[in-house]
Amino acid sequence: MQVQLVAPDRMVWSGEAEIVLARTVDGELGILPRHAPLLGVLVESPVTIRREGEDDLVAAVHGGFLSVSEEGVSVLAEIVELSDEIDVPRAREALERSKDSEDDADKAAARRATARLKAAGESV
Amino acid sequence: MGAQLREYRRRIKSVQSTKKITRAMELIAASRIVKAQQRIAASRPYSEAITGVVRTVTAEGVVNEDHPLTTPRENPSRAALVLITSDRGLAGGYSANILRAGEQRIAKLKEDGLETVPFLIGRKAVSFYRFRGRDTSNAWSGFSEQPSYDDARAVGEALLEQFVKGGDDGGVDEIHLIYTRFESMATQKVQHVKLLPLDPDDVPAESDDDDSGGATGLIEFEPEGAGVLDALLPRYLTARIFAAMLDAAASEQSARRRAMKSATDNADELIKQLTRDANAARQAEITQEIMEIVGGAEALAGTGSEL
Repeated sequence: MQVQLVAPDRMVWSGEAEIVLARTVDGELGILPRHAPLLGVLVESPVTIRREGEDDLVAAVHGGFLSVSEEGVSVLAEIVELSDEIDVPRAREALERSKDSEDDADKAAARRATARLKAAGESV
Repeated sequence: MGAQLREYRRRIKSVQSTKKITRAMELIAASRIVKAQQRIAASRPYSEAITGVVRTVTAEGVVNEDHPLTTPRENPSRAALVLITSDRGLAGGYSANILRAGEQRIAKLKEDGLETVPFLIGRKAVSFYRFRGRDTSNAWSGFSEQPSYDDARAVGEALLEQFVKGGDDGGVDEIHLIYTRFESMATQKVQHVKLLPLDPDDVPAESDDDDSGGATGLIEFEPEGAGVLDALLPRYLTARIFAAMLDAAASEQSARRRAMKSATDNADELIKQLTRDANAARQAEITQEIMEIVGGAEALAGTGSEL
């Protein structure tokens, strides 16, 4: 199935994939080929794209959508960070700084940092 | 060398150095157009995808039709006007055209009983409004040549905040945008769009086959109902603003290239004319000297003295 991972200023990745795993506001979701049309709002989380004959593509997305149509799957997000682009020490530091705060902005920062760490394969 | 000839030569030199500068600016702008076009191309997958999603969601009223962002207000009193201009000058009429279209739009909105709240992008718009003593509290600048998505988001969030507040509480009821659309290297057009309230007919259609609308009734939404629109529309708005900024950036470079090209051509013309004048002056000087020699020789011959 045709999958594209898109950020506002670039096409991050597009190609054939076997399954797409993502987390919407209603919960974890796996998209296989020939899935029914769907439009979901993604939470800050890692998206995994399982490719044929290649390593899985993992990316942290912040503020995104998942759109499934007959043509394929599109993952749109305002910020997309591929797992190998993520600065792990920095994300961990951001998480430490923001995790115990009650402030909304800090909570969002904590969610983003957690998504980054998970996408990078770190335990949180 | 005569005074006149010296003056001509001095001016030729000065025009030549101006020409070097304008020529360099023309070449720089030309190379930046290419970069700006690449940025437009890179942003296209996202804006096409999000536009497609908005179109399917709004098309058949799948989701709650009375969403505040898609419903026109009953008695609109204030409208936001977003103007995208450049930070630097030397681009011919680029910013002036936008500001003129802005003035016309303000007049038109006034006829409809709407007060305008300016949202200014680019130093040229800000100084135009400040000089006239108007409101410049919503202004952004410093990125007109290379706008980033974050810049668009800053503008989008400010607009949305005002829109949600509504005209009666000091916010706005409508959002209009004026920018320069980059159609090709040769043509750029000043364009006006009404961003909010969103009219489903205004959502740009994809150029290719558009039969996907038929399946809308079958789409699943997560979360159900208006939640999707709440998340989707602000991003769509930002994507539209971002696309307009990128178009404007390419148009700006293109306008600058054209302005600098005509400046270079004018300098060429001027150099040609001045060189002719200088040659004429030089020739006149030589003729004058020959006449003086001939005159002198004849006067000597007349006295009959021979050397």
